[in-house]
Amino acid sequence: MPARAELLLEIADDELILGWRDSEWTGIAPFLEEDVAFSSIAQNEIGHARALYELAARELGTTADELAFDRPPEEYRCSRLVELRLPEWERTIARHVLYERADAERLQRLKASDDTELAGLAAKIDREEAYHRLHAEMWHERLKGEPRYEAALEELRPLVGERNAHSAELQELWDEMTVVRRSQPAGTTW
Amino acid sequence: MIYEVFRQERKGQPFQHAGSVEAADERFAEAYAREQYGRRGESVALWVVERGSIMRIDEFVDELNRNYHRVDGYPLKEKLKEARERAGTSRAPAGDR
Repeated sequence: MPARAELLLEIADDELILGWRDSEWTGIAPFLEEDVAFSSIAQNEIGHARALYELAARELGTTADELAFDRPPEEYRCSRLVELRLPEWERTIARHVLYERADAERLQRLKASDDTELAGLAAKIDREEAYHRLHAEMWHERLKGEPRYEAALEELRPLVGERNAHSAELQELWDEMTVVRRSQPAGTTW
Repeated sequence: MIYEVFRQERKGQPFQHAGSVEAADERFAEAYAREQYGRRGESVALWVVERGSIMRIDEFVDELNRNYHRVDGYPLKEKLKEARERAGTSRAPAGDR
C-alpha cells in the first residue's frame, strides 16, 4: 500500500474508532451539557474519518465505506489508545487529553506537508480540533492532581503510539460496528 | 453554577435570551455555550453571564394607580373622535374609502 494511503488510513482509523468509543457516552455522560458537548466531539471525529477515508479511497480505487467497514480488524491501523472501552469518566478524559495532544502534533506536521490536498484537509480538520483541544484542556485543568485521573494518564500514555498489536476490544467493537453492514442480504444497496 | 446565555442572530440585532447552561466555571460555560448556541451558525455572538451577576428588578409600586405615568394613561381614541365630530372632519368608515 502506498505510504500516503497508509498514513491516511492510520489517522482515519484513529478518528473513526475514537469517535465510536466517545459516542458510547451519549445519553449517559455525567451531566446534560457535557453529554451534548462530548457527543458533538464524537460526531466531529467520525466526520474527520469520513473525509480522510474518502481521500484514501480515491487513491486506492475504493470507497470510504469499504475502507471503514469492510477491512478485517487486524488490518486497522489505529492506536491501542482509541480501542479501549472506557466506562470511567476520568479514563475517558485522560484518553481525550492524550489523544488531542498527539493529534495536534500530527496535524501540525500534515499542515506543513508539500501534498497540498493533505495539507488542506489537515488545516480544515485542525480548525475543528481546536475546540476539542479547548474542551480537553479545560477538563485537564479541572482534574489534574486527582489521583484517579493521574493514574489513568499513567496507564494510558504508553498506548498512544502503539499500533502494532490490537487489543481484543477492537475485535468486539468491530463486530458491533459492522454488524449491520455484514448482515446485508444479497442485492441490497445502501 | 448557572450561566445565562444571550445570543445575537445577526450583526446589529439585539441580543436575546437563548437559555442557560450549567457549568463548573467560566471556561466550561464558554465551551458549553458555544456547543449549544453557536455551532450550527445560529448566532454571530453570545453573551454568557453568571446568573448571580444579573440584577433582577420585579417590583414596580404604583399604590395610587397614577395611570398618567404610563404610556397607556391617556386613551386618546375617544377624545379624538369627539373632537373630529365637533370639527365636522370625522373620517369616513374604512369601507367607503
